Amino acid sequence: MNPVLDFVPIWTVILGASVFLYVLLDGFDLGVGILYGFAPNSVARNILMNSIAPVWDGNETWLVFGGLGLFAAFPLAFSIIIPAVYFPILLMLLALVFRGVAFEFRYRDAEHRTVWDYAFNAGSALATFAQGVVLGSIIQGFKVDGRAFSGSSFDCFTPFSIMTGVALLFGYGLLGAGWLILKTEGDIQKEARRQGRVCLIGIVTAIIIVSLWTPVLNSAVASRWFVIPNILFLAPIPITTAAVAVLTWRSLQNGSQILPFAGGIMLFALSYGGIAISLYPMIAPPNLTLWQAASSGRTQVFLLVGALVLLPVILMYTSWAYWVFRGKVRANIGYH
Amino acid sequence: MTLDPIFISRLQFAWVIGWHILLPAFTVGSATFIAVLEGLHLASRRDVYLRVSMFWIRIFSVAFGMGVVTGVVMPFQIGTNWSRYADATSNVLSPLFAYEGLTAFFLEAGFLGVLLFGRTIVPRWAHFFAALMVAAGTLFSSFWILSANSWMQTPAGYEIVNGRFYPVDWIDVIFNPSFLPRLAHTVVAFFITTGFVALGTGAYLIRRGRFPAEGRTLLSMTLWLLTILVPLQIFLGDHHGLNTLMYQPAKLAAIEARWETGRGVPLTLFALPDEKTESNRAAVEIPGLGSLILTHSVRGEIKGLKDFPADQRPPVAVPFFAFRIMVGCGVLMLAVVLLGGWLRWSGRLFENPWYLRLCLLLTPIGFIAVIAGWVVTEVGRQPWTVYGLLRTADSVSPSLAGHDVALSLAGYVIVYLIMYPSGLLLILRIIRGGPASHADKDTTIAAGITEAPVLAAAAISEARKP
Repeated sequence: MNPVLDFVPIWTVILGASVFLYVLLDGFDLGVGILYGFAPNSVARNILMNSIAPVWDGNETWLVFGGLGLFAAFPLAFSIIIPAVYFPILLMLLALVFRGVAFEFRYRDAEHRTVWDYAFNAGSALATFAQGVVLGSIIQGFKVDGRAFSGSSFDCFTPFSIMTGVALLFGYGLLGAGWLILKTEGDIQKEARRQGRVCLIGIVTAIIIVSLWTPVLNSAVASRWFVIPNILFLAPIPITTAAVAVLTWRSLQNGSQILPFAGGIMLFALSYGGIAISLYPMIAPPNLTLWQAASSGRTQVFLLVGALVLLPVILMYTSWAYWVFRGKVRANIGYH
Repeated sequence: MTLDPIFISRLQFAWVIGWHILLPAFTVGSATFIAVLEGLHLASRRDVYLRVSMFWIRIFSVAFGMGVVTGVVMPFQIGTNWSRYADATSNVLSPLFAYEGLTAFFLEAGFLGVLLFGRTIVPRWAHFFAALMVAAGTLFSSFWILSANSWMQTPAGYEIVNGRFYPVDWIDVIFNPSFLPRLAHTVVAFFITTGFVALGTGAYLIRRGRFPAEGRTLLSMTLWLLTILVPLQIFLGDHHGLNTLMYQPAKLAAIEARWETGRGVPLTLFALPDEKTESNRAAVEIPGLGSLILTHSVRGEIKGLKDFPADQRPPVAVPFFAFRIMVGCGVLMLAVVLLGGWLRWSGRLFENPWYLRLCLLLTPIGFIAVIAGWVVTEVGRQPWTVYGLLRTADSVSPSLAGHDVALSLAGYVIVYLIMYPSGLLLILRIIRGGPASHADKDTTIAAGITEAPVLAAAAISEARKP
């Protein structure tokens, strides 16, 4: 590989940003799906559904692009990580199938709670949990022999990954609550504020546990954070996280429409940044680096040309679609 | 009993892609059909186009939703079950898949919401533009995925270093030898599939008598389309066959169940191929016609399976029968088109009850032909994932135990067997309900999309009023 033209950093940024965008976008609509189970009646269920119906498909596309981007830019990581998390991926895909078709299937009988309402709720929760297990597995690392994963398909289920799975339920729940505060009003918004507070407590607890558990699990992480001078440079991250958590809590209690969602996004950004700092430059810990996993220069350049042109265009028309459906959603209008 | 992870992984892939392909087979054509109807309505202002379009959008939205979720499953299959294939081919194939995401998936998903829910809240031209973009997205998607698929059939533009493929020339990779014939054959197949669904739906509406105008529009428009596409497809299929003869002779030999190489070979209409004895039983053949059809020359040479080592031959019976099912569907389709043309010429197209019943009966024929064609080309590629270069047996994830894959296959089987019948029932209910009969503003929207999201759309436009 030509050392002057190293495309790994830019692909790291593109893929990292895409995965983060996926987590935010599908995060809030999966979160709405999790909270859907607590909706008291058909009016509330319709509003929750309506708030995400025009955008969920676009949100989920970032998952496909994340998977394909990993395959394209860091194929060795793709062919090691994906078989290693065989069952969480299976669980996620089956859950997403159920939840995705529920959007269309339930409208035939939107007045009653049918099997598809349960499927939507359970599917959202299971897909979230499975993604959390995948996250935990990546932090834990993988057993590798040559160019392939050499452990068993059940290695990924550990107390740590189960914990990150549960943590993500609270995380997406917080994003979902933030979205609902933004898109609804009255009792539904009030309920979302209450749910948001529960989720915030859950996710902050989880962040603290992960922050303490990861260094124990992985000594490289400990030596990244807890040595001088790193600890001084990195200290602003936990401090900012704490401040954002406090501000989010307050915004959930006062009348702010947008801050709870913004606070949730900030918490995710800080946690995501923290995990990136812990793992860098590994993409499939403990030993596979971004550079070792990268595809050939020709492959990366060929796709980069298109990605640099198309991604901004995609962001533009996606924003337009969000803009078209801006404003509060109500269920009772239009029934005359 | 030991479970073979390779065989079960193949079964699983066939299962998830077989079900998935039914949806693009319908939505690729439907997206274009909707864009055409919207355009016709914009240009002519005739209400019937709008009513048919909104009716078709409701059917489309169910199929598209199912297509999305079963499509999300697909790229992950490459990682979960075929990681050694992924490792070997990634440098060449991964950008093709990624370009499909960049040019197609985002385009479809980004504009789908506006197409389904935005009719009253964006200008008319913007809604039409959204319909065009969704249609373009489905076609771009076909382009890239068939390019990748064709590369596995007829690899080009690569070099092999340490057992892994590296790109040399991207144009050669993308426009590999079987790509254009396959693209044309497949996209036309998808349009025809949609055409027969529309034909059957039109016949149903006419027979019911409640929505005769919409039914006639559906029947008449799609019959014109099929009159062009079905003969075109027979030509394209023949062209695709010549391509297979040139680049994948073992596949062609399996399709024809031809064991011995020869000139002036007969056309085998029916046989029971026996791989053990390397011969056919109960063969019904027409002398000389095989070479003529396959090579366009009476003395043309067809290679027989015995020219290939046994471990490089595809299974014979499966492609052989699947091919005959596909061609049989094509012949039936041609008969429907010719009969329809004659009835139209004699002015009885919408009245003949037997023809309407025939159209109704053949609603799913495109799906059958697509699945059969898919089986021909994919089973015919065996025992390779990359033809002649990478074996299927060397492609599977090494960490998988047989029971892992059996468990996941069971999961996909159960979930798909719940989802597909539910989706089909839902689509049948939409068709039974028919297009909206009156076109005042609110109800047209309600007809165009499912009830509850209308509320979202209406509520938003309501909320935005000062």
